[in-house]
This record gives sequence, C-alpha cells and structure tokens, in this order.
Amino acid sequence: MTFSLQLTINGGGRTIDLDDPRVTLLDLLRERLHLTGAKKGCDRGQCGACTILVNGRRINSCLALAVSHEGAAITTIEGVADGDTLHPVQQAFIAHDGFQCGFCTPGQIMSAIGLIGEAQTGGDLERVRENMSGNLCRCGAYRGITEAVIETINAEGAEA
Amino acid sequence: MNRFDYIRATTIADAVAAGSQDGAAYLGAGTNLLDLMKGGVTIPSTLVDITKLPGLDRIETLDNNDVRIGALVKNADLAFKSEFASNFPVVAEALLSGASPQLRNAATVGGNLLQRTRCRYFYDTASACNKRAPGSGCDARGGDNRLHAVLGWSEACIATHPSDFCVALAALDAIIEVESREGRRDIPIVDLHRLPGDHPDIETMLTPGELIVAVRVPAAARALTRHQRYLKVRERTSYAFAVVSVAAALDIDGRTIRAARLALGGVALKPWRADAAETMLIGAEPTRASFEAAAGAALADATPSGDNGYKIELARRLIVRGLARAAAGTPDRLPALPASPFATLAGEIHHG
Repeated sequence: MTFSLQLTINGGGRTIDLDDPRVTLLDLLRERLHLTGAKKGCDRGQCGACTILVNGRRINSCLALAVSHEGAAITTIEGVADGDTLHPVQQAFIAHDGFQCGFCTPGQIMSAIGLIGEAQTGGDLERVRENMSGNLCRCGAYRGITEAVIETINAEGAEA
Repeated sequence: MNRFDYIRATTIADAVAAGSQDGAAYLGAGTNLLDLMKGGVTIPSTLVDITKLPGLDRIETLDNNDVRIGALVKNADLAFKSEFASNFPVVAEALLSGASPQLRNAATVGGNLLQRTRCRYFYDTASACNKRAPGSGCDARGGDNRLHAVLGWSEACIATHPSDFCVALAALDAIIEVESREGRRDIPIVDLHRLPGDHPDIETMLTPGELIVAVRVPAAARALTRHQRYLKVRERTSYAFAVVSVAAALDIDGRTIRAARLALGGVALKPWRADAAETMLIGAEPTRASFEAAAGAALADATPSGDNGYKIELARRLIVRGLARAAAGTPDRLPALPASPFATLAGEIHHG
C-alpha cells in the first residue's frame, strides 16, 4: 500500500509517496530527500542529533512516523540560513566555538531555535542548560553551546 | 521494526473499532511505542493513528471547575498553559521534570499515562521478562535491580512505572475518561495501573481497544494550589527517570494541615498514593516531626526487591523534603531545574 503525503519542507511544498509506513521523519529526510543535516545518532530519542522543527516546534525526528505527519511544515538545518547569511544561532555557534566534531551541531542548533521560540528561559544560564538537556555533545562543547544560545537570546531580545 | 498495517482514524468510534482488533496498538506521538518497536519489544500488527481525531487537543475548564485535558494535548502545552500551571503547579513541575524538551513537545497526555516501564530486562529481548513474555521469568530478580520497586512488587515482576505526570495526577485524584465499543466510562487514575501480581503482562484496567480520551483534574484540587511541589531524585541532573519522586500537596489553615495529598514515583509499578501518610497529616501541624511520621507510615510496607533497600530511606527523606517544600509554599515561578531536591528556597516563595 502506498501512502501519499503533503509536506512543506524548508518552505517548499512536497508530495511524497511512501511505500512503507515504518519510515520515520528522520529516514524520510536523510534517505529519501537527501537532506542529511539531521543526524542519526542513537535513533531512539536519547541524543537529540535528529532534532528538527515540525510546525515550529522542536522534536526528535527519529521517533516520529512520517505517515502520521500529513500536512506538517518541517524545518531542518538546511532551511535556517537566508542564502549565504547564516541564522543568528548558527553565527553564534561559530563565535562561541559551540562544537568540535560537529556531529551533534545541526540538532543543537535546531533545538536552540526551538528553545528561543518557546520563550521559557529569559536567557538564564541554568534555564538554558536545562532546556538544552535533550541534546548530547560527546565532545563536551556545552559551555560554548550555552554561551551561543544565551548570546542569541540577549542580542535579539528573541524570547520577548 | 516489524511490518504493520497503518490506519488513520478520523472518528473516535472508528479508532475504537480498529483498536479493538487483535494485535492493534494506538499511535499517538509514538515517542515510546516506536522506541519499543525498534527494539522488537512490542510488535503490533496494526497501528491505529489517533493523532487526527477531532476535539482531543483541548484544555478546558468545565462548569463544575474541573479541568478537562484532551488525551492528545502535548505534555509541553499542558505544562506551559499558565492558567493550568498556576492552579495545579505540581502537575506542571512533574511534566517539566520528565524527558527532554523535544520529547515533551511531541508526547501526548494519553501516551504519558500508558508508557511502558523502562526496566532494562523488559527492553532486552534476550532476557526473561514476565511482562514481555508471560511465564518466561524475571531476570531483574537477581540482576541489576538498584532502580526497581520497593512497594507492591511480586516475584513475577519488580519493575516500576516511569511516569512523573501520573504521580502528580494521582496526588490530585485525577480521573481518566476512556471510551470503548461499550461506551464511555471514568477510571480514577489511582486505579488505572495494576500491580504486577502473577500477571505483569496485564498492565492497566483498560479493556482491549479501550481508548483514553481525556484526563480530568477535579475542582477539589484547587484548595491545594498554594502548597504543592514535585521533587524527583535522578542519577543525573536532567533528562532521566526518577530513582524516587514525590508529589506533595497540602491545604494549610494557620498552623494546621486541613488536607494532605502524597504520591510516590519510582517505587512501584504504579503511581503510589500514600493514604496512611495523608491520614496522619490531617489535623497535624506542618512540622518536621509530622512529616517524618508521615514518611515512616508511607514506607511501612516497603521491602527491597534486590539491591535497592536504599530507596526506602531515600523515599522517606524525599517525602520529608517534599512536604517541607510544599508547606513553605508554591514558588511563583518554577525553579530553573524543575523538581530538583537540591534547589534552594531563596527567591522561590511567592505565596505565604
């Protein structure tokens, strides 16, 4: 049986025919649409490397069936820059060395964009750390990541 | 993951009809179900997608001042709904102490109630587990069982229920609305989950295909708004299941406790309501001595199921701290680390 899905991916409408209901959003993006920014770390919702925005909210794409997301608007790391102009969170990650190997970085940045949209931290250090706890970084770049998120919030008044 | 048939239900009646068939499972967000299916722990033949069912995503105050939460409301949306969180802060604190922001954005209220134990022997299909494979035995007995149950367990199963949300709901006497082909009925949340006994594979009072459609928090819980906390001991600061947790809510009139609610997480295969402790607290003064006596009563029947005797003393101490924090007053804003037992009280107190 084939399932036909209408999705908006990084602003563009897509019609997707799925031959298998087992495909997660992560596998759809990576294996079928060749958007490999979202990473498959644990594939079990524990590491956050697969974080994307669905209708503006950050979720783990590894634990979401594509077939259940008819009509959804999806944003991946490929869709956050404006041409050659990086998203402010991307820029802040570079400025604060918010990564080393870079594997967790797309998930970290998408999670940070989601965090800013949720507007729960007020740029407070402990609240930012708590609200980034769904993203693991095995290189231990947490300090730079936290600084980058706080700087973005403060620079933009982004949470206000 | 096994192959399965996929059905997208558009009415509750259609969902229940499809969900009542052998091998069917309901799909909410799937944050627990897909994890289990990827590991081969559960192998449903049909997934009935309920995420498009109308009317189950609302939080509404009923005429009698109960609050009714649709089963498809996201965990984060409930915790961040200020009118709800300010009236039932123990629920918001419990929700925000669980999982990660990404998971809370996806996971539903109904799914939270029906999430499965995180016992590693349940997850490991090479291990004996009476819950996953009835009659196969329990490798947690004699295994790595530091985190297992100390109340209500049986020789067949020593697993715990992982939900924080359910513990807070149990303290507030929440009611679960369920629908089956026979119609709709209410189940008190304290009766929803079963203790393991000889049949740990039968986890709830739901009949096959019965669908959770809503959770109601009774208006009576509003009397406890000013004095309630959720505290949770974890093995890391955040994003971890409870070793032990406590939901405490008090109604204090001057120096006398008028009403008390106490529920424990991480100690049993269901959210554990500590009735005997509550009885001792009613009419008592909110003092450390009262809280210690209540804590003793709450754990009076506890016994280790393995290398977890420490949890009994840990639970007693967390009860004392939880009751003391509740008596001190609900903070005007949730602490930076929700449910942390280590947070200081400074600056948190709004209500006298």
